Amino acid sequence: MPTDQLPERPDGVRRLENVVIRFAGDSGDGMQLTGDRFGAQAAAIGNDVATLPNYPAEIRAPSGTVAGVSSYQLHIADHDITTPGDQPDVLVAMNPAALRANVTELRPGGVIILDTDAFTELGLDKAGYEVDPLTDGSLEAYQLFAINLTALASAAVADHNLKRKDAARTKNMYALGLVSWMFSQPIEDTVEYLRKRFASKPDVQAANIAALRAGWIYGETTEAFASVYEVKPAALPPGTYRHMKGNKGIAYGLVAAAHQAGMPLFLGAYPITPASEVLHELSALTSYDVRSFQAEDEIAAIGAAIGGSFAGMLGVTVTSGPGMALKSEAIGLAVIMELPLVIVNVQRGGPSTGLPTKTEQSDLLQALYGRHGEAPLPVIAARSPADGFDSALEAARIALAYRTPVILLSDSYIANGSEPWRVPELDELPNIGIELATEPNAVDEVGNPVFLPYARDPATLARPLAIPGTPGLAHRIGGLEKQDLTGAVSYDPDNHDLMIRTRQSKIDGVDVPPLEVDDPAGPPGSGADVLVIGWGSTWGPIGEACRQVRAEGLKVAQAHLRHIAPLPANLTSVLSEYHTVLVPEMNLGQLAGHLRRETLIDTVGYNQTRGMPFRVAELASVITRVIQGIDDADTPEKAVGDVTSRLAGAKAGAGTGSTVTHSDAIREAGR
Amino acid sequence: MSPTGETDGAARAEEPAGTAGRRAPTVADFTTANEVRWCPGCGDHAILSTMRGLLPALGVAPENTVVVSGIGCSSRLPYYLDTYGMHSIHGRAPTFATGVSINRPDLSVWVVTGDGDALSIGGNHLIHALRRNVNLKILLFNNHIYGLTKGQFSPASKVGTVSPSSPHGSLDYPFNPIALALGAGATFVARTIDTDRRHLTATLTAAAAHKGAALVEIRQGCPTFNAIPRQPRGSGDAAASVEADPASPELGPVRLSPGLPIVFGPNDQWGIVRDPNTGELAVGNGGDARVVVHDPGTQNSTYAYALARLAETALGEPPIGIYRSVSQPSFDQLFQERLATARPGGRGELRTLLTGSDSWVVAG
Repeated sequence: MPTDQLPERPDGVRRLENVVIRFAGDSGDGMQLTGDRFGAQAAAIGNDVATLPNYPAEIRAPSGTVAGVSSYQLHIADHDITTPGDQPDVLVAMNPAALRANVTELRPGGVIILDTDAFTELGLDKAGYEVDPLTDGSLEAYQLFAINLTALASAAVADHNLKRKDAARTKNMYALGLVSWMFSQPIEDTVEYLRKRFASKPDVQAANIAALRAGWIYGETTEAFASVYEVKPAALPPGTYRHMKGNKGIAYGLVAAAHQAGMPLFLGAYPITPASEVLHELSALTSYDVRSFQAEDEIAAIGAAIGGSFAGMLGVTVTSGPGMALKSEAIGLAVIMELPLVIVNVQRGGPSTGLPTKTEQSDLLQALYGRHGEAPLPVIAARSPADGFDSALEAARIALAYRTPVILLSDSYIANGSEPWRVPELDELPNIGIELATEPNAVDEVGNPVFLPYARDPATLARPLAIPGTPGLAHRIGGLEKQDLTGAVSYDPDNHDLMIRTRQSKIDGVDVPPLEVDDPAGPPGSGADVLVIGWGSTWGPIGEACRQVRAEGLKVAQAHLRHIAPLPANLTSVLSEYHTVLVPEMNLGQLAGHLRRETLIDTVGYNQTRGMPFRVAELASVITRVIQGIDDADTPEKAVGDVTSRLAGAKAGAGTGSTVTHSDAIREAGR
Repeated sequence: MSPTGETDGAARAEEPAGTAGRRAPTVADFTTANEVRWCPGCGDHAILSTMRGLLPALGVAPENTVVVSGIGCSSRLPYYLDTYGMHSIHGRAPTFATGVSINRPDLSVWVVTGDGDALSIGGNHLIHALRRNVNLKILLFNNHIYGLTKGQFSPASKVGTVSPSSPHGSLDYPFNPIALALGAGATFVARTIDTDRRHLTATLTAAAAHKGAALVEIRQGCPTFNAIPRQPRGSGDAAASVEADPASPELGPVRLSPGLPIVFGPNDQWGIVRDPNTGELAVGNGGDARVVVHDPGTQNSTYAYALARLAETALGEPPIGIYRSVSQPSFDQLFQERLATARPGGRGELRTLLTGSDSWVVAG
């Protein structure tokens, strides 16, 4: 939203193409719920929506402190968007700490709606304010609406028999009502939501609804607010839509996969942030034949899932980085036993406990290489919250078709972020069912029928799966190397070499769609000189950054890797067509290193590990500088040097701690 | 067959046995062609032989039997039984077995493990499988030593065990597996001995009949790394030289028989008596009126626990027999009932789930 639209006093409703709103408050103020409801309301009137929840790792950090601030940012638009927005246009701050933690990111000229209730000496002190920002002039660059939301909400619910503290807690719904009015959003869906959520607590239910309505009426009847805004519906393709979070999308994708495979879904999981929500979602779906088992630890979780797979279920385990580390031995077992298994890693900041509630892409190398022995497996990554569904379905397809564990990478941003998702018709979903072995597949030397558990399908190299209960096919699998065909324990050197190469060939041969490039200027080789390639949740920011750069008249191509192991077959030839390949990642260059290993093409990395998604403006600036660096240069070597110095300048200017990496020699070798 | 392979591991498909309309299964139906590779004199041979004889008698078809093991000498056993089997990773066998068992109530699931596998690296999974009462028959081969890694002391080794990793004697206090299982809430806990085929068979048969988690500690030696004297047959077999010492290892373990007083030694001269004031168990005179009559069905596990602990003060080693066998719904049963009651009207429609209650339609 252009800021200059805000200060003008309109005659009526002002139409905005898009707006970024951030709700911020104490961890106990209900900001996640408030943001989630606002997003649902926006989605329901047809806006495109992308969201970014941001909360501390502590359930309740000391109240009123900056450490305890929880926020929820939403980007709503009348057109297709893929990021939650760089800077808020509107900040709703429920206490001094929320103001202090967020105001510097607010766009100059933006709107602040402030609950003044906690602006006391104590409240200011807890937030670390020495001087009251309401009186020291520091907020003059913004449009400030300082209102005692707590007092107004408490008054609005005075008739509902709540204790004083509980009455004050309705302030989030009051604020939601007010902001909903400001952006012309109907609140009836939220009223309905509150009815269901608090069905067992009639007083709380009535009070929250009353506060929500009172907030709306406050906007309508006071003259404090000059402007009412409206974001028109986005032109989405026809269909049924719903607001989808990444974790829920993955859960539903797994349910759909089991449905399309004709197998029960069995989840073994251990609670871990930010993946627990997938466990919660699936645990609630018993009536869809989803079997969920909360194990005693991460190892038991994957162990049970593998046992489930052996017994004929679609076995799944869900975790985050620390849990992946614990599971790695069992993943190796699943590799050598060649059982289908989906392993979801919702990445967070690492190493170790790291940043449990923040996002990062730093488990890629762990997924690709983090096992002992030669233990190849397919790795795919979801690119957005709604893509969680398709990615989970794809992971299950590969796992079943090739009898292999598959790692599906998501991250905290995808997990908690949300966007409109078009609900697929069932006949659009692929059939991913496999045939289980029911009959012997060979005869022994005297002509008796036998079952060879390590015979292979010549096309996929998949082995036959016979589940317990199938007469005549009883066999043993396990971690010791197995004889080709028979599956007997074998220490034969040549057989071990054969089995290692066979397992690798099977994974290398997984059918992966070719890499597609988005470049309005033309196909690889005749379009842009610079290709920006990413994986996972950087898809949204990279895409919007490329569109911004193109809007400035520059040429840039974008490609996205959903399949990281195996890589698309045309990857090397596509990358070779570009002068420079830029790889932005929320790590220190893990994909870039993988690409170098697999294609011998060196890339330019742009890396940050701040626990937050890339800002579009930041990426657009980097892309522009890379393009201009090439335009300025006579030789690739000079271009890279130029890019380096320019990016170093950008880094210093942005103060983000991001880095650029490159290697001239190998880059040349890759040409 | 490879020269270095353990011969043919593939299933023999002829004459599948054990279900209705088929002939009754035999020892041969549960025997693979694999060469058995345990040391000569190892008690594992006897346990394998007992299992091959026992399984046909249980009336479960080979294909409905699943044997899951961890890592260690004992854990090679699945390769020698012609059932579905999984030789998994160290200490984790109960986790894989749980995934099989709770999803497939039609299967008989066995876990084969050792003292290092179950009590050390896999201690966590053992106690959780027991507390959940997963329908697993867990056979804990306890030879009090790490055999496959060549003789280090284990969590079951006595204090002072001299081994390659404890040349001056181990300092660790050992686990008492029976007490551990009882502490975890196990509903079936028994101890038997590899050298007594009849006792072993009877104990495993009782474990197989139990609905829920059954932990059977099978006392062993290791002929290569932890040779222990061959055990006498227990009560009545003891030599005259041990007459004065109820804790003499020569006496052999005390035997527990449901409904019978616990007496032992030459002429049943000793008995386990309960102090009426403290409830504590002690060794007393075999003719004492306070001699305990064994009842594994006692709900409160305090008695069974006291019995297991008695070895540390008054007996050479813990008694053999069934310590506890009580009825409690298995996790498997509860898990299946939850699935069944969650969908009384049949399976939910996927499209309904995906659409949810908060969707909207964008018209074309």
